[in-house]
Amino acid sequence: MNHLGDEELTQAYYGDDQPESRRHLLECGQCKAALQHLKALLDDLAAEPVPERGAGYGAEVWNRLLPRLPLEKPRRPWLRWWTAVPLLAGLLAVAFVAGRFTQPRFTPAATAGIAPQSRQRILVITLSDHLDRSEMLLTELVNAAPESADFSGVRSSARDLLAENRVLRQASARTGDASHADVLDELERTLLDITHGPSQISGPELESLQMRIESEGLLFKVRIISSNLHHKGQQL
Amino acid sequence: MEWTDQAAADEARKGNQLAFRVLVQRHSRSVFRLAFRMTGNEQDAEDMVQETFLRAFKQLHRFDGRAAFGTWLYRITANCSLDLIRARRVRGESQPGLDTAHSPDPSPERVTRSKQLADMLDHALEQLSEAERTAFLLRHYEGCNIEEIAKVLGVKNGAAKHSVFRAVQKLRGALEPAWGGAK
Repeated sequence: MNHLGDEELTQAYYGDDQPESRRHLLECGQCKAALQHLKALLDDLAAEPVPERGAGYGAEVWNRLLPRLPLEKPRRPWLRWWTAVPLLAGLLAVAFVAGRFTQPRFTPAATAGIAPQSRQRILVITLSDHLDRSEMLLTELVNAAPESADFSGVRSSARDLLAENRVLRQASARTGDASHADVLDELERTLLDITHGPSQISGPELESLQMRIESEGLLFKVRIISSNLHHKGQQL
Repeated sequence: MEWTDQAAADEARKGNQLAFRVLVQRHSRSVFRLAFRMTGNEQDAEDMVQETFLRAFKQLHRFDGRAAFGTWLYRITANCSLDLIRARRVRGESQPGLDTAHSPDPSPERVTRSKQLADMLDHALEQLSEAERTAFLLRHYEGCNIEEIAKVLGVKNGAAKHSVFRAVQKLRGALEPAWGGAK
């Protein structure tokens, strides 16, 4: 066999070579020396380091990326006009069901008239709607500038959401849905702070509230649950 | 149960954010590495990571699973980085040098030699065509095989192999004379 050319030597360096080239390298000192020379140069180029990124880097990337993602509000076919009548009936029912769930004298017989799947569907729709509105409120807060410090509108929305949140948290806890109940519990504490806070909020107070929402990942958790519920709602 | 990349991509396509988060967390570091190699600058590399995942999210419907998800991401990273490099050329900016401050051996001789070699390498890499540069970075630094490089470049295996070879030839031509003296 002829000596190896530069292309074959390059392939040999990267382990892409053919068996006959490999055999030749075992026998030919001249080609072996040429490969050693190439290896010395290319190995030296491998020494340039890349700044290290830690194990939490993926989470950092995600947190920076999330506000930039063009997330569409999932279309909810059950919210078209012809579904509005049963939906309204469902919302009335959930108020009833949630009320029964949260009563101390709750017995399984109280909800016996509603099929389990319908009950689940009603809870999913109501919770999903609640989380959508909570997400809007939290987003408004997180993106608020200190100079736009009049929060009377935000307080009023938070007050409405707080009452609903309490009922839904209790209903989730009663039905054994601990993960939803936990997030609703966190959300409730934030809503409570907003409701009981001043209508005029100072820059540092706003910053502290924003930092709390971000450090607890509350907005993210609300988005995730809301997205999953939309998905589940479409399947039901 | 842990999602495979394919399963997570399928779920993300259906609108499951959690699945996309899994993919971001799994691939961020390798995307950063390639972006850094291509742009030669830490801040630009961070921007390219964001841009890569943003484009990936928007183009998820185009991911057909024929290549591994990581390879598909590399293709996007390479394209984003090349867009940045082209924009720099249009603006008349030069490619920033590789950051040698992270060298594991900070002796003065080593730093000087690394810096010299890094400067020469930066200059030599700039002389490569986009395909050669991408092929070389993927083969040499990221350890991608020829098939993966071909998928990133959108060419046949033979062409990918040849791009690696041409890149090495050009780098040898540019670096070897000075490298001998630097040793």
